Amino acid sequence: MNKEAIVEKINEFLVDEFEVDEGDIAPEANLKETLELDSLDFVDLVVTIEENFGVKLVGEDFIGVNSLQDFYDLIYNRTSNTSTVAANGDSLGG
Amino acid sequence: MKERRVVITGMGIYSCIGLNLAEVKESLFAGRSGIQFDEKRKAFGYRSCLTGMVEMPNLKADLSRRQRVSLGEEAAYAYVATKEALQNAKIDQDFLDSNEVGVIYGNDSTAKSVIESVDKIREKKDTTLVGSGAIFKAMNSTVTMNLSTIFRLTGINFTVSAACASGSHAIGMGYQLIKAGLQDCVICGGAQEINELAMGSFDGLGVFSMNTEDPTKASRPFDAARDGLVPSGGAATLIIESYEAAVKRGAPILAEIIGYGFSSNGEHISTPNVDGPSTAMKKALEQAQLAPEKVDYVNAHATSTPVGDANEAKAIASVFGSHKPYVSSTKSMTGHECWMAGASEVIYSMLMMQNEFLAPNINIEEPDESAAELNLVKKTLNKKIDVFLSNSFGFGGTNSALIVKRID
Repeated sequence: MNKEAIVEKINEFLVDEFEVDEGDIAPEANLKETLELDSLDFVDLVVTIEENFGVKLVGEDFIGVNSLQDFYDLIYNRTSNTSTVAANGDSLGG
Repeated sequence: MKERRVVITGMGIYSCIGLNLAEVKESLFAGRSGIQFDEKRKAFGYRSCLTGMVEMPNLKADLSRRQRVSLGEEAAYAYVATKEALQNAKIDQDFLDSNEVGVIYGNDSTAKSVIESVDKIREKKDTTLVGSGAIFKAMNSTVTMNLSTIFRLTGINFTVSAACASGSHAIGMGYQLIKAGLQDCVICGGAQEINELAMGSFDGLGVFSMNTEDPTKASRPFDAARDGLVPSGGAATLIIESYEAAVKRGAPILAEIIGYGFSSNGEHISTPNVDGPSTAMKKALEQAQLAPEKVDYVNAHATSTPVGDANEAKAIASVFGSHKPYVSSTKSMTGHECWMAGASEVIYSMLMMQNEFLAPNINIEEPDESAAELNLVKKTLNKKIDVFLSNSFGFGGTNSALIVKRID
């Protein structure tokens, strides 16, 4: 899955399933403070990521993940690692 | 300290005979059954596929995702009933935010939530993938933990698990706390899930009615031809308050709870007896300082099982002697609402008291010999009642009797 598709998918489930305000979606948005995701929401993010990307995250994976951009990067890197496409390390554009 | 009076100031109901107070009142008056045949149970291996049914409420407009993911079936029903009860009591969120209000609810299973979450873990072999709501749906205290969070309650907060008397004991506990001056206002009630996962083991005991030919005729408490109960569910909520607190805030005072009697049979795990229920009724009368002759109506526990109805009939006859209060079992219409029943049946009786009628015990064609002493309500009666007693009994021999009095 390419970067744009990952961003689109994440934005989609944040709005549709996690009921995040669409206007708050921005790469620099802080997951906890701006998008108001709490510790329990992170548990559900793990479930949603597994369902949508086939990637199993654990709590430790979220260390250092503060902004939505960090989150896009995490998923891109993990999905790239599980496929033949190598992660290029670039930050994903929002 | 002087014991305080305890009044009912609000009610809410989500039941198979109506999804709010107005609908339920109409069904009670009309003697309308809410029993259906559930095809899913047939494929699941049930002996009897009869059940009361309610739809799962859509709460998307009411609650956030965070709140909804923690709500199982029974807690969703309880939310709807509680929302109506608070409105009925004229209590808004500002009041809940500025006063100590408690919650005590009857619930004794969360089978569907437990099974679905365990199935998910088995499938995924990873507990994280069960999601954040699973634990809060699966615990038996799911109703009280959710209601207390949603309505930001700061008072007493626990669940009563007492089999089919859960809802009644929940009201009794709230009544005692208010009476003793420990709480001013408590949200009380009972909730019951309705699904094939929850009732299979109960069906396996062979105590459900097999009258699948005519579902609305299957639940027939006190009738000679009764052959078992019909499970059902939903939720019922009452707002109870100290009389002083209710007057102070200008609350609608609907009735007064004047007695709560309880007992345990100390015998068989499932077969009811006569003495235990008799003791609960006598204790309720003693607490109410009420002569048996003052009770106008008894809402019987009678579930439509051969032994249970017969023993309750004997118990009622022994407690009330020559005075014969009107007796009916609203389970003839609703089926057995189990953990919810003790609360819902107080509401059914309240609706009768408020609207001056007695709902029929439908499906009595030939009263059972054991019920010959009872003054059974077979057709709707236009009748003003001032005092009623509501019986609830459960597995393990737990018994509860509540007495409620009109306030003019």
